Amino acid sequence: MGKLKLALYWAASCGGCEIGQLQIGTKLLKLVEVADIVFWPVAIDVKYKDVEAMPDKSIDVCLFNGAIRTSEQEHMAELMRQKSKVLIAYGACAFTGGIPGLANMFNRELIFERAYLETPSTINPQKVLPRTQNTMPEGEISIPTFYDTVKSLRQTVDVDYVIPGCPPEEKTTWLALEALINNQLPPKGTVISHTVKAVCDDCARKKDVKKIKKFYRSFQIIPEPEICLLEQGLLCAGIATRGGCGAPCPAANMPCTGCYGPVEGVIDQGAHFLSAVASVIDSNDPAEIQQIINGIPDPAGVFYRYSMPESLLRRAKIK
Amino acid sequence: MAWEPKIVGFLCNWCSYRGADLAGISRIKFAPNVKVIRVPCSTRVEPSFVLKAFQSGADGVLILGCHPGDCHYVEGNYKTMRRMPLLKKMLVQFGVEDERVRLDWVSASEGEKYAKIINEMTETIRTLGPFSSNGREGDNGKA
Repeated sequence: MGKLKLALYWAASCGGCEIGQLQIGTKLLKLVEVADIVFWPVAIDVKYKDVEAMPDKSIDVCLFNGAIRTSEQEHMAELMRQKSKVLIAYGACAFTGGIPGLANMFNRELIFERAYLETPSTINPQKVLPRTQNTMPEGEISIPTFYDTVKSLRQTVDVDYVIPGCPPEEKTTWLALEALINNQLPPKGTVISHTVKAVCDDCARKKDVKKIKKFYRSFQIIPEPEICLLEQGLLCAGIATRGGCGAPCPAANMPCTGCYGPVEGVIDQGAHFLSAVASVIDSNDPAEIQQIINGIPDPAGVFYRYSMPESLLRRAKIK
Repeated sequence: MAWEPKIVGFLCNWCSYRGADLAGISRIKFAPNVKVIRVPCSTRVEPSFVLKAFQSGADGVLILGCHPGDCHYVEGNYKTMRRMPLLKKMLVQFGVEDERVRLDWVSASEGEKYAKIINEMTETIRTLGPFSSNGREGDNGKA
């Protein structure tokens, strides 16, 4: 068998996934023994037109990270799907929309206003906003269209596998790459991780009956190092999040934020998280319950930190 | 055809569903806009059920359970009482008006109250108008 042809691409993402890929360290050498990297914008100079010139399905595997926010990213998602035998959504953004997906609480107009006019560091007296088509003395030029709604890769094209995480842990990345190298890929659609159980299963903290009298944000308290963070009033997403990461955040005294996505069988991670958290509020008095809930100033942002586009409502309705 | 409010009503089996039965048996007239789904307990209504209702085209969601203290499963309705305010707070962020979700308590003997809640809810939603979960931002393809 010849060497595997591997492509890596980034869409609406931060670059953290590339760091996640490099975290496999010396195993990279093992990877390049069996695979040739044919496309990787962050590291090698291969142009879009070179990819377009490749025959269909000529790339064996594409690791695609980032959400889909512009027409360029949508085009690249379709192109990589067309050229790759196996397309893997790499990281939380490609999987469930990720942090860029939180922009679904706004629309293009509001985002442009904020980014190009209102931010304190912006000086834009002519109120210039990005436009898809522009007429210049040299002729028509165009930039990618900025969409109102962020989508995950799975909502854009057919995806074969998911590697979860923000960014994926080194061991999760290697679990997938090893399966790939050994040609032992799981059934299509699998979210590749060491466990199908929740993060709590990986977490070493002592867990007892959960009763919450007051919610805290992480800057408001220094939590006890050995007791479940949720029991201490921190919104730890571990209960609603797929494990496999090894729970490094709770181990570092920080609540889980939910980057590995929903546990097996759950469609809407945020609703699941909300349901579990609200049920253990320690009060039967509506007024007190309301007061405890006021300790969560931004429920949508907390519960759907990485999964807004894949939630049931997908985006906010803007009046 | 004129638009009519579409409301999904989750009724607990032990109190509210029987309250609805009583309203029917008593021949009380009330609005026909609530589609009833019988659930074992109001706390069976996971927040995702409410989201799913809106995603599927509902204009409003009504959750009715036993009065606090009367739950067949002792404290199921207390959990509902804690979840729904947080869900509603989040729904407002999503552009879903607070009044589109209503939680109330109806016992098996409260046929009158059931009819009153149904009528009130129908009028509330009628005033708010139709809800579409896509809003005007659903058309991703357009510049």
